[in-house]
Amino acid sequence: MTILLEVEGVSKSFGGVVANRNISLSVAPGKVVGLIGPNGSGKTTLFNSIVGYHPIDAGSVTFSGQKISRLRVPQIARLGLLRTFQQTHIYAKMNCTKNMQISAATRDRGLRHMFGRVDAEVTGKAERLLEFVGLYPKREQLAGDLSFGQQKLLEFAMALMSEPKMLLLDEPTAGINPTLINGMIDRLKKANSELGITLLVIEHNMRVIMNLAEHIYCLAHGELLAEGAPEVIRGDQRVIDAYLGAH
Amino acid sequence: MRYSGIRQGAYVLLGLGALAAPMVFPAYQAQLAVLWLMVVLALTWDIMGGQMGYNSFGNIVYFGLGMYVTAVVQRDLFFDVEEYAAVAGGIDAQLSVLQYFAGLSLGLLAATVVCVLVAALLGSGILGLRGHYFAICTLGLGVAAGEIASGMDYVGAGSGLVTPLYPADADSRGAFFYFYFLALATITLLTLRGLYARRFGLAINSIRDNEDKAEAMGLQTTRYKTMAWCISAFFLALAGGAYGNLIGFIDPIDVAFAGSTLGVWMVLMAILGGKGTLWGPVIGAAIFHLTQEIFWTYLLGWQRVALGFLIIVIVVFFPRGILGWFRERRHRYVVAQDASGDPA
Repeated sequence: MTILLEVEGVSKSFGGVVANRNISLSVAPGKVVGLIGPNGSGKTTLFNSIVGYHPIDAGSVTFSGQKISRLRVPQIARLGLLRTFQQTHIYAKMNCTKNMQISAATRDRGLRHMFGRVDAEVTGKAERLLEFVGLYPKREQLAGDLSFGQQKLLEFAMALMSEPKMLLLDEPTAGINPTLINGMIDRLKKANSELGITLLVIEHNMRVIMNLAEHIYCLAHGELLAEGAPEVIRGDQRVIDAYLGAH
Repeated sequence: MRYSGIRQGAYVLLGLGALAAPMVFPAYQAQLAVLWLMVVLALTWDIMGGQMGYNSFGNIVYFGLGMYVTAVVQRDLFFDVEEYAAVAGGIDAQLSVLQYFAGLSLGLLAATVVCVLVAALLGSGILGLRGHYFAICTLGLGVAAGEIASGMDYVGAGSGLVTPLYPADADSRGAFFYFYFLALATITLLTLRGLYARRFGLAINSIRDNEDKAEAMGLQTTRYKTMAWCISAFFLALAGGAYGNLIGFIDPIDVAFAGSTLGVWMVLMAILGGKGTLWGPVIGAAIFHLTQEIFWTYLLGWQRVALGFLIIVIVVFFPRGILGWFRERRHRYVVAQDASGDPA
């Protein structure tokens, strides 16, 4: 299989506002792909369309050879396609370990699983991943008491906990202090190279995305404006114009 | 270590006290039985309202439904419906001990089955609603159930339904219901303690904290939510079925679907004690019931006013409940200790 995620001609409008128009992109397994574009260009809407947050108006989404355009969020998540949010979404009144335990992969769907205990293997994995993102010392703390940056790290660890094939990350470094950003980039790269997770990353920080992605798609006004290797995108006049407001 | 010793000691004392109470205060057996009923109501409300963040005002539906199903089974097993209505509560409605307990057991069994099924059905329908929408919808359910029961001749409509007479003297009756409700409260508490420590507890907590995230992570939220309501319904059916027999007369709106009293109290008790905690609802129920009995005794005529005042005090001064208030203080104390003990 050469394509893991295939988006073909996806359109989505809200009333008269066209958020995505005829967008196609594809991500090969094991790659890190970037998605950039000015504010309001439809990046997050595209993420929502892919993971089934809202029905799409036209086009199709295929993941791992399976059409997922009509599936709903939890079903798509169980196939191994997961997204993280721009604003952190964590379980604020539960401690970090519990946040991780409940995020464990749920292939088993029977009643015994629902009412079963969390086994030591899951807890062990939760602690290893907390160590990986540097939150092990804070494992007993309520997730809501963590700083914004730490919550982002926790959310990333939770995503890894569910052993996804592919992660859609919505601005993983936004709001994190600059010294932590490098750590985040390293961890994203490690998740890709060591755990084999394919990444599609929305990012505004050009340094981060140029450093991370092998291939970049750029959206503007809901349409695909350009695509190519980071160097190509960096030199593309249309991309520069879109960001500087020449349109 | 010392802490867990104190805790175990407290459990033993509580258990002994609960067992001895009907012997020590024989005149208050019925009130004490109702105390344990209150504990069950608060605990079962807290599954949804506290642990899962879904404020349900419709749990009273399962309480009332359980009551009716139990009474109807008890009646229809041994009596002709019309004859029974004619002699309701009369001497002819006397059952033997064996008949009474057989009817009650079968009735309770049927009540749990019916209530769990109804919860599964209603749950899969309306648990897609969130926040205020869910709360308002459940409020409607409670009112509707009362109105429907008031219109059904088969269950006595607005004039209510009399449960079969207890086949022995009043003392043993009081003791029987006291121990029934004590056992029910204990089993409910232990069951919930077990469930909250398992994946089920984590899942409903995660739904409370961020349902969108839980869905995005692939959790089958609807299944967990429906299951949570079914568990509430199961214990409420057992509570309602026996409460109807304790009271002896089922009025559709004042006893069975008593949304404005028991239906609201179960919410208040859980909040008073500390919702989302295991022991909070128990503490809340005990304090609430005690205060209420005191109001009835010493402030007769003003008891509703006093109750309203108590509710305001709860909401204003203990928004996180008594247990929540203590935890917050302990947390602050621990944080302060850490700060003073650690110069870094």
